[in-house]
Amino acid sequence: MLVPSPWRADFPAIATLQRQDQTYLDSAATTQKPQALLDAISHYYANGAANVHRAQHLPGAHATQAFEDSRSKVAQWLNAGDSGQVVFTHGATSALNLLAYGLEHLFNAGDEIAISALEHHANLLPWQQLAKRRALTLVVLPLDDDGVIDLEAAATLIGPRTRLLAVSQLSNVLGAWQPLEALSKMAKTHGALTVVDGAQGIVHGRHDVQALGCDFYVFSSHKLYGPDGVGVLYGRHEALHHLRHWQFGGEMVQQADYHSASFRPAPLGFEAGTPPIAGVIGLGASLDYLSSLDQPAVIAHEAALHDYLLRGLKARNGIRILGSPQVALASFVVEGVHNADLAHLLTEQGIAVRAGHHCAMPLLKTLQLSGAIRVSLALYNDSDDLERFFEALDQALDMLR
Amino acid sequence: MSLPTDAVAALEAFQAVGGWEQRARLLMQWGEQLPVLAEADKVDANLVHGCESLVWLVGHLQDGHWQFAASSDARMIRGLVALLLARVNGLATDQLQAVDLPDWFNQLGLSRQLSPSRSNGLNAVLQRMRELSRTQY
Repeated sequence: MLVPSPWRADFPAIATLQRQDQTYLDSAATTQKPQALLDAISHYYANGAANVHRAQHLPGAHATQAFEDSRSKVAQWLNAGDSGQVVFTHGATSALNLLAYGLEHLFNAGDEIAISALEHHANLLPWQQLAKRRALTLVVLPLDDDGVIDLEAAATLIGPRTRLLAVSQLSNVLGAWQPLEALSKMAKTHGALTVVDGAQGIVHGRHDVQALGCDFYVFSSHKLYGPDGVGVLYGRHEALHHLRHWQFGGEMVQQADYHSASFRPAPLGFEAGTPPIAGVIGLGASLDYLSSLDQPAVIAHEAALHDYLLRGLKARNGIRILGSPQVALASFVVEGVHNADLAHLLTEQGIAVRAGHHCAMPLLKTLQLSGAIRVSLALYNDSDDLERFFEALDQALDMLR
Repeated sequence: MSLPTDAVAALEAFQAVGGWEQRARLLMQWGEQLPVLAEADKVDANLVHGCESLVWLVGHLQDGHWQFAASSDARMIRGLVALLLARVNGLATDQLQAVDLPDWFNQLGLSRQLSPSRSNGLNAVLQRMRELSRTQY
């Protein structure tokens, strides 16, 4: 095999899926989980579940310790140092909604929020709706032909009225890294806050939130080989001061009366109610697993696999790749073939890829496409997976053309 | 209740297929046989929402019998819609309401096309058909 994955056996679901003749190439939607994560969740439930930050008893102390250890592991993974705090949410979407509600008080009518043309709905709709609530202008930064935010255009669009910039680190459709450091600098010049949607970016390579220069960084656990139901919001201390409490309930409160209450600072003040304890502990285990891997080898593997994917697509007639994907995924359409038909025939052949608008309807409309097929990769994929995909693709195109 | 002639033909054809490839080819053939929908009917009001492709569906009662017509820009869903129309066209309102459509697709070996995770739009088409049949008597 040209590109084998030395980590494939660490993910038990891959073998199960293979027995069901399923080739999983939809990891940008969610990833399969390492055995280390299954063990950690099983261990937690088998050894005594308990609520965190509440009880003085031993199971409560153990759960709280494990939960807070995960917080440190996430901070380490992001190289947050003591620059800020890690808040656990219920997903990237809820982290972005927390920001859009918790920062709402900073905005006045006529202020501007800048996003990019490639945002996933999760990093578009919370800001769009905030703009509606407060009579703000949502400014959309355009892309160049490679699917990268156009910095020249951004320099003219990010200005003194910009109060906040919210952009993706890596597009879930175009697979292109975005020039975050340059954009953050522009935002900072005008005193605007910067929010980075790292849902896709966090999965590929290691990133340093201090170097990125952003105020907030958001990602979801389930795309990073962790459990679903857990999101992460990193905030710089200075930026977190602006964030008002949004959801209210258990354990986020300092003092409560019938008619008034005072609340804890970050992180606990933003973690109302019982958090997803097992999920957070599981994420810690996934990060331990990922930290144990030879990072340059992972990066080299992902690059080789991505190259294999692009070369295979480019070798076929009539295929148009969207943008110039750099890592992790490629979205494409085929001339004269409806993506829904192609998706149907790939599904029939056990190829698990994503078809449609990829939760980025405005981007697809800008590209004048009703949908596209996306193939996305993870560290457990190998070139045999891609060979099975190409074989199925050829078979489907034979039938459709 | 006896099956419409087209439905009998569909059932015989689909129950005889061996594999996914043959089934897909047959589906495309049925889609190609779907009568052309008048351009005047391809308007937003007749568009079925919830489909990845464009699907238009119109239906009216003619002498007490339902006549549906449909079209789509995608071939597989066109085939699925053709199979649906084969089963329901010509039925009276009470007969239409009594038809177990998921079972119909099950008999054709196409039940997976109706699974909730499928966004091909067949579920949305069935829903629209039920709505249409409630608005006219």
